[in-house]
Amino acid sequence: MNSEDGFSDEDHGDSHRSVPSHSPSCLSCSNWDSDEDTCTEIALPEGPNHNVAPDDFVYKVLSVDQIVQHQRNIIDEVNNVLNLSPQVTRTILNHFKWDKERLFENYFESSPQEFFQRAHVLNPFEQENASPAEAVGSPASTKKKHCGICFCACDELKGLGCGHSYCVACWKQYLANKTCSEGLTHTITCPAANCDILVDYASFLALADDPDVVERYKQLITNTFVECNTLMRWCPAPNCTHAIEANYLEPKAVQCKCGHQFCFGCGENWHEPASCGCLKEWLKKCLEDSETSNWIAQNTKECPKCQVTIEKDGGCNHMVCKNPSCRYDFCWVCLGSWEPHGSSWYSCNRYDEEESKQARLAQQRYRSTMARYLHYYNRYANHMQSMRMEHKLYANVQAKMDDMQAEISWIEVQFLRDAVDALCQCRSTLMYSYVFAFYLKNNNQKLIFEYNQRDLEMATEKISECLEREITAKNVYDIKQKVLDLSHYCQKRRHVLLSHVREGNEKDWWEYIEDAATQGH
Amino acid sequence: MSSLPRRIIKETQRLMQEPVPGINAIPDENNARYFHVIVTGPNDSPFEGGVFKLELFLPEDYPMSAPKVRFITKIYHPNIDRLGRICLDVLKDKWSPALQIRTILLSIQALLSAPNPDDPLANDVAELWKVNEAEAIRNAREWTQKYAVED
Repeated sequence: MNSEDGFSDEDHGDSHRSVPSHSPSCLSCSNWDSDEDTCTEIALPEGPNHNVAPDDFVYKVLSVDQIVQHQRNIIDEVNNVLNLSPQVTRTILNHFKWDKERLFENYFESSPQEFFQRAHVLNPFEQENASPAEAVGSPASTKKKHCGICFCACDELKGLGCGHSYCVACWKQYLANKTCSEGLTHTITCPAANCDILVDYASFLALADDPDVVERYKQLITNTFVECNTLMRWCPAPNCTHAIEANYLEPKAVQCKCGHQFCFGCGENWHEPASCGCLKEWLKKCLEDSETSNWIAQNTKECPKCQVTIEKDGGCNHMVCKNPSCRYDFCWVCLGSWEPHGSSWYSCNRYDEEESKQARLAQQRYRSTMARYLHYYNRYANHMQSMRMEHKLYANVQAKMDDMQAEISWIEVQFLRDAVDALCQCRSTLMYSYVFAFYLKNNNQKLIFEYNQRDLEMATEKISECLEREITAKNVYDIKQKVLDLSHYCQKRRHVLLSHVREGNEKDWWEYIEDAATQGH
Repeated sequence: MSSLPRRIIKETQRLMQEPVPGINAIPDENNARYFHVIVTGPNDSPFEGGVFKLELFLPEDYPMSAPKVRFITKIYHPNIDRLGRICLDVLKDKWSPALQIRTILLSIQALLSAPNPDDPLANDVAELWKVNEAEAIRNAREWTQKYAVED
């Protein structure tokens, strides 16, 4: 059941070096795939520990220590082939963004001279003392030497073996500056002008000589390692220090040890059925539009002639468009030309007047785009809002369960928790189903999708209502069967909706209204 | 203000004792980190005969970060904008603490001899420099005469 075993062995080949497993990665944090009888009959499509799923997407959660260990493992693997010192290998791996295949390709295709030069390291085969630790500590001589940075006479100058050396204090300041101010790690070069030899890991530790700087350096290295690695992603939850590693990059749901569930493809909250591309577009749109567009819809009209947006800030209904190229006189109420209104304003009750009818139609067309967006947005926002409330419900249910445990066994009331979980999942799916639908062109499949959406919505509202009702120790037995049925049905509807979307993805049923939205499939 | 690092004192002394031909850098009497710089236009360049004033400031963490340099005299150059800001790699990412005021000013002088319109800061100037180099050079000469030659 533990996804760790399968993955680490298969990927690295040598289990003795695989990451020490403190605990099973995701089994413990899964809170819906329980052994209770609530929803086990349904093959849940995207539980995190679904080793039985048709595809072979597996992932594991890594702590910072495990990531560091993981780096070491890669270094060892490369060293088994290249036989270099770990420091040199680390620097070279950084250069190739930890893609060892690319490193090997480059290594075997170019001459050693060229290869090391390109990776900005000294050719270790040409050096007398290949170990950077020795290269750093140049033998102390009795004569005072001049440091090229601070211009002071110093007892000892240190360098990377490239021929440039500076005093200990300058090195310390230089490395602290590069790391803490500029946020650099493996791109830090020798301080000499035009020298591109990189400061390797061991030399950095020896020269930086400040625990804070070294700590920051290590953090940055781990960070870059994760960010360079396309098969790794930091958990986006605040204050969480874990990263997820998967066997391939796909928009799939992953769940961190901290409990946060997110999409491995884009790092956003898990957003099925919407694709990563759609979601990104949508979030951007919401950020730009929502408040503003709501206000515009409520407080303004467009000039019937030039479509410029007008806010009415006085009582008079005789409008003069301020657009210098338009200056159209019209009536705010009927949007018709002001001329026939003449001196008597009340003549504006002529609704069948051709001109104003045209104007209203034009306005309607203009507004329908907005209305369409608001339709989807309101439903999306509503489910998001409900989901937040549902989390409160979670706390309530928890309290109720605690109350009831005096009379009823713990296992008896577990079903309530599971039902709330199911409800939250359905809310999430519903929320993102509106994002998905917003970018869809109308066709028969969209119609089917909308039926599925409606069914899921109805089922979700039912269970939501049921769970919010007073549940006491007395009625718990009566209500249990109902809750179980409802949550079962919800999950089934959700599964149907998602399966339909997935099938559509495979068979290209979906037509999107904007190109950008199709990215991420 | 904290005492002046030895490095700055040394550099200033050397600048005064062994000045670079065509370059003159004098620290401000109130602020030892601020230099009044004069660079003469290199021979065989459109800036020949011009005397260009610049200001140079050594930030707190100099030499870990680069000095800040700016032209005060107006100049027609693809890598120097209207405010006198200079696009030069050694003032940005190629800065090294082993470089000095002297080397930086030499680089600036070299930039006057060899404008690089492919990496422009003043887009209009760079455009003309690429499309019609003769006219651009003529403009540069005119500006030099107009702004950088003292009567």
